[in-house]
Amino acid sequence: MKGRQNIKERIIKNIFLLSSLTSIFFLAAITIILFKEGFPLFREIDLKTFLWGKSWYPTYNPPEFGLLPLLLGSLWTTLGALVIAVPLGVSAAIYISELATPKIKDYLKLTIEMLTGVPSVIYGFLGIVVLGPWLQNLLDLPVGLCVLTASLLLALMAIPTIASLSEEALFSVSKEYKEASYALGATRWETIIKVIVPAAFSGISTAVLLGMGRVIGETMTVLMVAGGAAVIPHSILQPVRTITATIALEMGETVVGGIHYYALFAIACVLFIISLALNLSADYFLNKFRRTSR
Amino acid sequence: MNKRRFKEKLAYSFLIAMISIIVLSICIMFYFIISRGIRVINWEFLTQMPRKAMTAGGIFPAILGTFYLTMGAICFALPLGVSAAIYLNEYAVQNRLVRIVRISINNLAGVPSVVFGLFGLAIFVKFLNFGVSILSGSLTLGILILPTIIRASEEALSAVPNSFREASLALGATKWQTIQKVVLPNSFSGILTGAILSIGRAAGETAPILFTAVTFYSMRLPKSIFSEVQALPYHIYALMTEGTHPESQVAIAYGTALVLVLLVLGLNLIAVILRNQFRRSKKW
Repeated sequence: MKGRQNIKERIIKNIFLLSSLTSIFFLAAITIILFKEGFPLFREIDLKTFLWGKSWYPTYNPPEFGLLPLLLGSLWTTLGALVIAVPLGVSAAIYISELATPKIKDYLKLTIEMLTGVPSVIYGFLGIVVLGPWLQNLLDLPVGLCVLTASLLLALMAIPTIASLSEEALFSVSKEYKEASYALGATRWETIIKVIVPAAFSGISTAVLLGMGRVIGETMTVLMVAGGAAVIPHSILQPVRTITATIALEMGETVVGGIHYYALFAIACVLFIISLALNLSADYFLNKFRRTSR
Repeated sequence: MNKRRFKEKLAYSFLIAMISIIVLSICIMFYFIISRGIRVINWEFLTQMPRKAMTAGGIFPAILGTFYLTMGAICFALPLGVSAAIYLNEYAVQNRLVRIVRISINNLAGVPSVVFGLFGLAIFVKFLNFGVSILSGSLTLGILILPTIIRASEEALSAVPNSFREASLALGATKWQTIQKVVLPNSFSGILTGAILSIGRAAGETAPILFTAVTFYSMRLPKSIFSEVQALPYHIYALMTEGTHPESQVAIAYGTALVLVLLVLGLNLIAVILRNQFRRSKKW
């Protein structure tokens, strides 16, 4: 009886172990599939032409698969979004964590949390019907759908991540730092900007990196709003096409096993590597923050 | 001294201005979706099939499709995610394997959604030959929400105090009996909160189902898990990018957008209420 129970316990434990291993399995499977399906592209063109190619014309004869316009499209929209979202998000975090009364704090947190729930296709939709036309009128542009429009909407999507994680980091700064600063005669603001924010710096970096990861992998918003031209951008008022948008837009038209199909997997590998790097560096900063704030 | 006070005032005004910009943007967003969406939403819009090539009629197939896809995803991801969380929180010791599992979960959570779509296309649609179907889409969405479910469940499990486990073990219960009869019942609402949040997330995702499950327009409702479906988020995208009657399509898209936003935010709200109730009613 006892022995049977032991066996049952062991089996159950191993079922749970296997379940937890599926995360490794899925991540590995995604990596393998992306590279396996992306690799055949390099039988047709060499790596250098892919990485430094300045034009993406998949349907021309012969087709051209240059990564640069798409990569720059992704980087421009993402950096644009961060330039807007970081000051807004970090300010919101400082206000919520250091200045707001408990009641206002709850309301603000709930409001910002609501943004997290809004699906990306909704941002894209509002970009097409509201923000795009409005910007076009305001700035007298030939087209309303461009880097700026996409960045504004992506910023709104990144704000909850940046604000809530920064707020957590600011909140966990030890009280003693604050009290020491007050005891030296510093005002509240001086304490915030010279003591608390520097102490939470690596936590805030984590927040920004994760926000960036979210934005660079964002598909629907940029697909609908960034304008869609696969050319190297020269100004934020030009339309662009990101890596994500290209995959979403062109995958439907490809033939499985054709060179275009492989090319889309190859650019997905690039995107995957970028977001993996962002996540790993976010992890690194988080661990550093935990060590120093202890 | 006065200069310092002035600086402080200035800084505070700046922070308040920043947070006002955020709140104002949120209000504008919701104003447009609600005020325009409410004009087209009525009982027929929610329960009828689309007519005249999507320029009239209702969005019932899209609502039903989103329901099938999210239910499929949660049926796949919830048992798997909760089991994984049980291992990590109840059995695991700190070793290299567990560290790798945690890093994988974090990185899986950061994989762009369109990459999940490609993975689903290569594995479920092509390799396993499920085709563009509810099954392929559900499995793809299931993998996407797995990290969220694991994290939420782990948090719920770790909130159960150790004294509960010790009391049960002291009574002679085995580890599994303890988990089954003591730990799981006490973390139930936390796990439920995570599941509801994940359903909301899955319902709003477009990119992962783009090549694995959806179709813009179908005359019939799906017959089996191997049928392709319409879905709310894709419906909005398709209305804005395809078709030839922008005027009437935009109106319908506003309606669909409001339905989707209400659905997702409603689920989030339920989750928040559950979480707060859970925190207040804790017996320990």
